[in-house]
Amino acid sequence: MERVGIIGVGQTKYEREKRETFGEMVYEVVKKALDDAGITIEDIDNVVTVSNDFWDGRTISCMAVADASGAYGKDTSTVEGDGAFGALYGLMRVLSGAYNNTLVVAHCKGSESYSSAITNAAFDPIYERILGIDAITSSALQAKRYMTKYLLNEEQFAKVSVKNHKNAKNNPFAQLPLDITVDDVLNSRMLSDPIKLLDASPISDGAAAIILSAERQAKEVSQNPVWIKGVGYCSDAYRIGDRDLAEPNSLRRAAKDAYKMASIENPLKEIDVAEVYDAFSYQELLWMEGLNFCRSGEGGKLIDEGVTEMGGELPVNPSGGVISAHPVLVAGLTRIIEAVLQIRGDAEKRQVPNAEIALAHGINGMCGQSHCVWLLGK
Amino acid sequence: MTIYIKNEIDLKRGYKTMDWKEDVKEMVYQGRIKVPYTWSVGEVGSRFFIELRDKKKIWGDKCPRCGTVFVPPRKVCSKCYSNIGEWVEVGTKGTLLTFTVVRYKNNLQSRDAPFAYGIIKLDGADTGLLHLLGEVDLEQINIGMRVEAVFGEDRKGEILDIKYFRPLKEA
Amino acid sequence: MGNRVGIVGVGQTHHRSKRSDVNGQEIINEAVSRALAGAELTIEEIDAVVIGNMDHFEGINYVDMWSVDGSGGYMKPIMKVTTGGTTGSTVAAAGYYQAASGLFDTVLAIGWEKNSESDTSAAIATCANPILERETFAGAIGPLAAEYSMYMKKYGATEDDAHLAAVRDHNNGANNPYAHLRKRVTLDDVRNSPMLAYPIRLLDMCPRSDGACAVIYASENKARKITDTPAWVVTTTTRHDYTHFGDADWTIMQTLEEASKAAYKKAGIKDPLHEFDVMELYLPASSCAVKWMESLGVCERGEAPELIREGVTDMDGELPVNPSGGVICTNPIGATALIRVAEAALQIMGKADKRQVPDVEKALATGFGGCSWSDVMVLSSSKPR
Repeated sequence: MERVGIIGVGQTKYEREKRETFGEMVYEVVKKALDDAGITIEDIDNVVTVSNDFWDGRTISCMAVADASGAYGKDTSTVEGDGAFGALYGLMRVLSGAYNNTLVVAHCKGSESYSSAITNAAFDPIYERILGIDAITSSALQAKRYMTKYLLNEEQFAKVSVKNHKNAKNNPFAQLPLDITVDDVLNSRMLSDPIKLLDASPISDGAAAIILSAERQAKEVSQNPVWIKGVGYCSDAYRIGDRDLAEPNSLRRAAKDAYKMASIENPLKEIDVAEVYDAFSYQELLWMEGLNFCRSGEGGKLIDEGVTEMGGELPVNPSGGVISAHPVLVAGLTRIIEAVLQIRGDAEKRQVPNAEIALAHGINGMCGQSHCVWLLGK
Repeated sequence: MTIYIKNEIDLKRGYKTMDWKEDVKEMVYQGRIKVPYTWSVGEVGSRFFIELRDKKKIWGDKCPRCGTVFVPPRKVCSKCYSNIGEWVEVGTKGTLLTFTVVRYKNNLQSRDAPFAYGIIKLDGADTGLLHLLGEVDLEQINIGMRVEAVFGEDRKGEILDIKYFRPLKEA
Repeated sequence: MGNRVGIVGVGQTHHRSKRSDVNGQEIINEAVSRALAGAELTIEEIDAVVIGNMDHFEGINYVDMWSVDGSGGYMKPIMKVTTGGTTGSTVAAAGYYQAASGLFDTVLAIGWEKNSESDTSAAIATCANPILERETFAGAIGPLAAEYSMYMKKYGATEDDAHLAAVRDHNNGANNPYAHLRKRVTLDDVRNSPMLAYPIRLLDMCPRSDGACAVIYASENKARKITDTPAWVVTTTTRHDYTHFGDADWTIMQTLEEASKAAYKKAGIKDPLHEFDVMELYLPASSCAVKWMESLGVCERGEAPELIREGVTDMDGELPVNPSGGVICTNPIGATALIRVAEAALQIMGKADKRQVPDVEKALATGFGGCSWSDVMVLSSSKPR
């Protein structure tokens, strides 16, 4: 595989009820990514936008950002799903040999939509939707299954929330930097057992963009591209009743493929920093099992032992994670951007020293049906 | 109606606010998309609902290749992609795989919070069925408990023909 | 550089106005099963899946996730791409790039739609800017009608020129067992069909259909093992236009012109009329069958009416267009442009049965959609350089 680098990144500050329109947010991050790469829009030969008609309240939602993304007159396409999948498609377009500098941009304004109705529409219209199930209640079913099968407790979930909100204090783009305790989490309002308000990610608005470039081009335009070492993605069964929700099998497969490509044998040891999609606190623990940072059921041990704290063996979510800012569709791309900043040494107050291999993770669908794993390095 | 652009990007000085914007209060446009939908249930699903409606029976189907018994039934095996032809009646009793007690309200939910969702593995099935739990002390639900389907009186051929699952009172 | 890629199998449903016997996942399965059978492959041999449709036509969010029960995507890499009317060709391009990337040997591309399940016009109207244009814009016919009116005035084309193209496509569709509308029509039938929006009549316009299409792409080494006659992908290109309707120039089909020019350049095509043996074009109305031939460089500006009148694009003409009956016979929107690619591939593979054009070596397929987006894909019987 030809080497592909990420040569520029840009993100907005994530906030609830941002005043900017979709187009304005997209323009802001595209401009930032171009400036970061030191190139202009003329140097971009194709654009992948990421949007979703439900979240945007608009059919053919990609139309609304065609001009703001700088795609006019260029080849373009649109991925509907998490931004990490949009980035994957961008990567494949570069690898196909058809394109050089590829821009990937995602946007979402959760505050302008009705999350329960939109995530309810992801469930089967014939057998499930009428029950009123949504992202929070289905995730609660998963959390309950997970903690019962492997004997985890709510304190362990709460510790993830405490750690990540604390990390967010070092990230100027995060929405919820918080000084909270385990008791604060445990005493916050119960949404759906065992998920409490502080176990859940917020409603967020924002946008993010990256620029990918094949080695042949990347070295010309960028001083220090961050190289893509491995990728993998995979989907589990659709219905949550068809899956054992305590077993992230599709993540295991995606991670295996990515590790193989990057020649990683011991992820806990070889990876220096990870940004994972913790839409709810329990997910960070469950996804770490899927990522093979530990064995099944041992996710709680990693948080108990401080392995994933900033000074630990494998810091997870130095940015504060998705629990500190959750622009749907954007969040996976944000994880990639944070991983890029870590490898470049540009992560400022949230920098993990000497990060050489970083992992970024995106999810799609309900209860982590589909996962996408990226490994980045120098 | 105009939406004003808040930031102008100045390459040298970064992002700055322009003076005239201080007088502008942005407007937000309210909209609602209402499009009528129908969803074909298909032959397999229709039989499932007819049996539920007319006979209060729950049917699954069994993949000839991997042997998985699916509830609700499906035409093609979700796992090994074989065509499924064999119908299997499963029990109206089953085991609770997981549950949650919902404490917040919204207009999509089919009953008022607090109430409980569960995923139930019916006897004879290999997959779980997402449904509601009822006639139960919300603080006494536990994974692994035995439950049974309670059918509605006025059944229409939909998943809520099963009103909910309740704890099984063993005879 | 990337792998060369060939299309090694295609499958589609028998398209109908309403398929109430199957749900969405099942209609997808029909197309996929036929594609696999045609290529003599099993689902285990598919490395990745890409799927597309339009969200608001069925009201199902995260369709790629939902589709897994029908697409065979269980424990496989799957993603969704979507761009409105061009969704089918967007899926086609994604299948190609994914297989060319070297990450996968075989990629299954799926387009589908069950238009009968919603109010399509209501759903389409929400593509307009909600603040500025949604209240005033309605459906797809108006702009196409206005466009042809301008064209008739400028070049002396007639309503009959468009009707002739409608007769061509409808009669071709009668040879296609998968087509939704398969009734032979005469020029008088078209002339006498109800007026929808001057100058477009009912038989000039595409229907809305329930259907699905699947296309299997394979990298060079794998393609050779699967079939002796892959349809090689030479190149594919996308161009698109404005965000607001008022920004567009409606007198020309600029994006199709730009996309085809760019594709011809990459494919080394200088004389499309003589170098292509067949075209499967996304023509939403018969008026486009006239005017857009000029945008495709098949003839000079203003010459298209004569091209149609002389039968150049008929089945026995120099450059047959839409042997399948095209979009005015079949239109499951998310699948429509992928069907163009599938039909073009069948022509190259020599598997188009009663609609086969003899000895096809080069074929063009196009997609059109959500606000002047144009996609083109060039296929060839010989391996690209």
